[in-house]
Amino acid sequence: MTLWFVFALMTVAAIFAVLWPLGRGARPDNQGSEVAVYKDQLAEIERDLAAGLIALPEAEAARVEISRRLLAAAGSESARVPTSSLRWRRAAAVLALVGLPLVAAAIYVPLGSPALRDFPLAQRGRGAGSGTAQSLENLVVQVQQHLEKNPADGRGWNVLAPVLERLGRFDEAVRAYRSSITYNGESAERRSDLGEAITAAASGVVTAEAKTEFERAHALNADDPKANYFLGLAAEQDGRKDDAANIWRALLAKAPADAPWRPLVQTSLARVGSGGVTMPALSDETIAASKEMNDGDRNAMIRSMVERLATRLKQNGDDVEGWLRLVRAYLVMGDRDKAQGASTDARQAVAKDSERLRQLNEGLKTLGLDG
Amino acid sequence: MIAEAGHYALVLALALALIQSFVPLIGARLRDPALMNVARSTALAQLLFVGASFIALVTLHVNSDFSVANVYENSHSMKPLIYKITGVWGNHEGSMLLWVSILALFGGLVAAFGNNLPLSLRAHVLAVQAWIASAFYLFILITSNPFLRIVNPPIEGRDLNPVLQDIGLAVHPPMLYLGYVGFSISFSFAIAALIEGRIDAAWARWVRPWTLMAWIFLTLGIAMGSYWAYYELGWGGWWFWDPVENASLMPWLAGTALLHSALVMEKRNALKVWTILLSILTFSLSLLGTFLVRSGVITSVHAFANDPTRGVFILLILCLFIGGSLSLFAGRATSLKQGGLFAPISREGALVLNNLLLTVACAVVLFGTLYPLAMEVLADFKMSVGAPFYNLTFVPLFALLLLAVPFGPMLAWKRGDLLGVTQRLLAAGVAGLVVIAIVWGWTRGGSALAPLAIGLGVFVIAGAVTDMAERTGLFRLPFMTTLHRARGLPRSAWGTAFAHAGLGVALIGIVCETTWNSEYIATMKPNDVAQVAGYELKLDGLLERQGPNYREMIAQFNVSRDGDMLSVMTPSKRSFTTRGSSTTEAALLTRGASQLYISLGDATAEGAIAVRIYHKPLVLMIWWGPVLMAFGGVLSLSDRRLRVGAPKPARAKQRLQPAE
Repeated sequence: MTLWFVFALMTVAAIFAVLWPLGRGARPDNQGSEVAVYKDQLAEIERDLAAGLIALPEAEAARVEISRRLLAAAGSESARVPTSSLRWRRAAAVLALVGLPLVAAAIYVPLGSPALRDFPLAQRGRGAGSGTAQSLENLVVQVQQHLEKNPADGRGWNVLAPVLERLGRFDEAVRAYRSSITYNGESAERRSDLGEAITAAASGVVTAEAKTEFERAHALNADDPKANYFLGLAAEQDGRKDDAANIWRALLAKAPADAPWRPLVQTSLARVGSGGVTMPALSDETIAASKEMNDGDRNAMIRSMVERLATRLKQNGDDVEGWLRLVRAYLVMGDRDKAQGASTDARQAVAKDSERLRQLNEGLKTLGLDG
Repeated sequence: MIAEAGHYALVLALALALIQSFVPLIGARLRDPALMNVARSTALAQLLFVGASFIALVTLHVNSDFSVANVYENSHSMKPLIYKITGVWGNHEGSMLLWVSILALFGGLVAAFGNNLPLSLRAHVLAVQAWIASAFYLFILITSNPFLRIVNPPIEGRDLNPVLQDIGLAVHPPMLYLGYVGFSISFSFAIAALIEGRIDAAWARWVRPWTLMAWIFLTLGIAMGSYWAYYELGWGGWWFWDPVENASLMPWLAGTALLHSALVMEKRNALKVWTILLSILTFSLSLLGTFLVRSGVITSVHAFANDPTRGVFILLILCLFIGGSLSLFAGRATSLKQGGLFAPISREGALVLNNLLLTVACAVVLFGTLYPLAMEVLADFKMSVGAPFYNLTFVPLFALLLLAVPFGPMLAWKRGDLLGVTQRLLAAGVAGLVVIAIVWGWTRGGSALAPLAIGLGVFVIAGAVTDMAERTGLFRLPFMTTLHRARGLPRSAWGTAFAHAGLGVALIGIVCETTWNSEYIATMKPNDVAQVAGYELKLDGLLERQGPNYREMIAQFNVSRDGDMLSVMTPSKRSFTTRGSSTTEAALLTRGASQLYISLGDATAEGAIAVRIYHKPLVLMIWWGPVLMAFGGVLSLSDRRLRVGAPKPARAKQRLQPAE
C-alpha cells in the first residue's frame, strides 16, 4: 500500500514540475541577450587596458569591432517581444495532468513488479526462504562462505561435497572432494567418491581422470566396493566385457548379503554377461545419458571413449575386434586419415600372427578401407 | 520498495523528458515565456528523479538485494563496501544509468545556471537535451533495465568481474562519462543554434566553458583509464590502440579541436559554422564510442549479431542523432551569419591548422577502429589494426601538431608576424636541440628518432615557458614588475601554457618508456636475485593470505641498488572463488618519474613462480602530462572574465580572408 502512495506522491511532484512555470505567467525574466554580452566585452577591454595587458592601439581596434557588432545586435533584438498564448498553456497543463501519468503507467506496469518487496540480505537470514530446496541452498551458501574464510577446515569440505553432488552441482562437488582429500588426507572412500563425482560431471562416462581416482582407491583398499564397481563400469565402457564381468563377479562374491548396492551390481553383471558382441561399447545408462546430452557433449563423450580404446590398443595390440571397432569409430567420426593410420598400426601389431592378420584384413575390407 | 520506487522514478524521468522534448519548442515558436520555462523546471525535476533512481540502485547494491537481477549478477555479499558501490556502474545496465544521470546533471546545470542565456536559446538547448535523454531512457527501460526482479531471489550473487574490483573503477568511468556526456551540451547548443537559425555572442560565451569542462574530465578519464590498465592488467602496457581506448580518444581529439575553435569564436566571432560542425561531430563520436563499447560489437561482430536488441537500439539512436543533426547542419548552416576576418598567418590561422591536424588525426583513428569491424562484417575476415598502423599515420600528424603548438599562442590575433615569433622562439628551439644532442650522446640503443622526439617535447615545454616569459616581461623588466604582471595575466593564459607544456611532458614520458624500458622475465625460486636496470631484486619468499572475497599469493621482493636496501615490493596474485578467476596485482616502486614494475605469473609445482619485472624510465610523465593539461583546463575554466581577442591594427595592407 505504501508503495502506491509513494508512486502517487512522485507522480504529483512530476506533474507539479510542469505546471509550476505555466502558472507563473509571463514574468519578464532577467535573461541574457547579445547586447549585454557586447557591453560586458567593452567593459572588459577598458579593464585590460587599465591593467596594461593590451596596448592602446589594439584596444582601440577591438573597441571599434565590438561596437559594430553591438549596433547590429541592438537592431535585431527589438523585434522579439514575448507573447502569451493561453490556449497552448492549457494544452500543456492537460498534457501534464493526463498524459504524464498515463505514459508512466503504460511503461511501468508491464516492466515493474510492484507486488515484490525488497529482499536486502540483512533481513534474509530468518526464514525468508521458501521450501526445503531454498533452505538447503541457503545452508550450502553458509558453509561455502565459512570455507572461503577457513579453507583448511576439512570437516566442512566433507559435509559440503556430498550435498553439492546431490544438488547436481557436480563440478563444485569435484572441487570440494579434492579439498577434502587435501585437508583430511587420502582414503579409499574419498578417492572413489571423487571419482564418482568426476564421472557424474562427465554424464556417466568413467573418464581417464576418474579411472585414475578409482585405481588409487583400489590400491588403498582392494575391497572398496565403489571403486570396484566403477572400475568394472570403466572396463565395460572400454568394451572389455569379460573384464567387467570378472570384476563385478569378484565384487559380489566378497559382498555381504545385505549390501544395498548388490542389486545394482547384479543388473550390471546381467547386462554384460548376456549381451553378445554388441559393436558400440556403450552401456544402456551411457546411451540413455547420451540421448539427453547436446551434440557437443555427446561428441566429447564419444571422442573420450574412442581415445581410451586407442590407448588400450597401443598397449595391447592383439585385439583384432578392438582395432576394427576403432577404425569404424574413426570412419563414423569422419576422420578418414586417422582410420587409415589406425589400420596401419593394427597391421603392424598383428603382423606376427597370420590368422589374426587375415581376420583384420577381411574386417577392413568390409569397412571399405583398401583391399 | 526501494527497487520499485527507483524503477518508477526512471519511468517518470522519461515522461518528463518527453514533455521537455517539445513543449519548450512550441513555446519558443509562440514566444511564450511560460511554455519556454517548462524546460527549466522539467530539467530540474528530471535530474531529481534520475538521481533518486541512481541512488536507489546504489542502495540495492549496498544492501545486497539479490531479488534485483542486476545486483545478483554483479554483486556479492562479501565484497568490500567500496566495490559494492562502484559495482553499480561496473556492469552494462548500471553504467547506462550513470550515463543518463550525468546527462540529467548537465541538463539540470544548464537549467539552474543558465540565467544569462536568451530564453529561447535555453528552451531549445534543453529540448535537444531532452531528445537525447528520452532516447536513452527508452534504451535503458526496454533493453537494459537495471531494476528487473527475480521472484525467488538467490541467496548469493555472482560477484563482480575481479579485474574491476579496483579503486580505478570508482574514478575512471564517472570521469569518462562526465567527459562524453559533457559534450552533449555543446551538441545541444549547436542544434539549438541551427534550429533558431542564428548564433550570437551569448552562444559562444556559453559553449566554451562547457566544452572545457567536458574536455577536462575526458582528459583525466582517459589518463586514469590508461594508468589503470597499466597497473591492473599486469602487462605493463599503458595504451594498446584497442577499439575501446580509441572510442574515448576520438571524442578527445575532436573535443580538443572544438575547444580551440570555440576559443576563436568566443574571442573573435569567427569560425562559427566550423565550430557548430565540430560540436556535432564531437558528440557523435561520443555516441559512437558508447555504441562500440556497449553493444558488444567489438568483442565480436558475431556475438553482436546473436543478441542484437541492444546494439540495434543504440545503432538506431546513433543514426537518428548523427544523421539528423548533420542533415540539419547541411540545411541550415548557410543561413548563419558569417564571422570576422583574419589573415592566414594569425592566431586564428594557427588555430585552424590545429583543428585541421586534430580532425585528420581523429579520422585516422576512426578508420583504424572501424576498418577491422567492416572487414569482419563484409569479408568475414578477422584482423586487428595496431601500433604499426598508428605509428605511420597518427604519430607524424601529432609530431607536426606539436611542432606548431608553441607558435600558436604567440601569434597575434587577426594578423600575425611569423618571423617575429620564430625569433622569440629561438631560445626554445636551441633548448630542444641541446637536449637532442645530450640524449644522443648519453644513451645507447633505441630508435634514432627517440632523441628527436624528446627534443620536440622539450621544445614544446620551452615554448610554453617562453610565451609566459614574454607576456610577463621576465628578464626584460624589473622582477617586481614581472611578478605584478604575472598576477595580472588572465588565468586562461596560464592555463594555455600549462596545457601545452603538459603535451611536451607526456611526449617525453611516452618516448622514454617505449624506447628504454627494460624487462626481465624468468621463473624465480625464493632467494633468487634478478638484475634489472641496475636494481637487484631478491625474491624473499611466497606467502598466502585471505582477503575478504579472494585468496592471494604474495611474493615478497627486496629491492636494492648498489647494495643499499631500498624497499620491499609485494606483487600478488588473487584468486576469486565465486567467478573462478584470478587477477594479478602488480607491485610498483616509484623512483622519481621512473618505476619498477613486478607482476606475477603462474606458480610451478616446485615452489618457483613466473615473474615479469620491468623498469620503466620516466613512465609517470605519461600521466603527469594529462594531469597538467587538465590543470591548465581548470585554470582556464576558473577565469570567469569575458574574453575578447584584441586584434592587431593593420599596419601594412594585407589581404584578409573570410573565416569560413
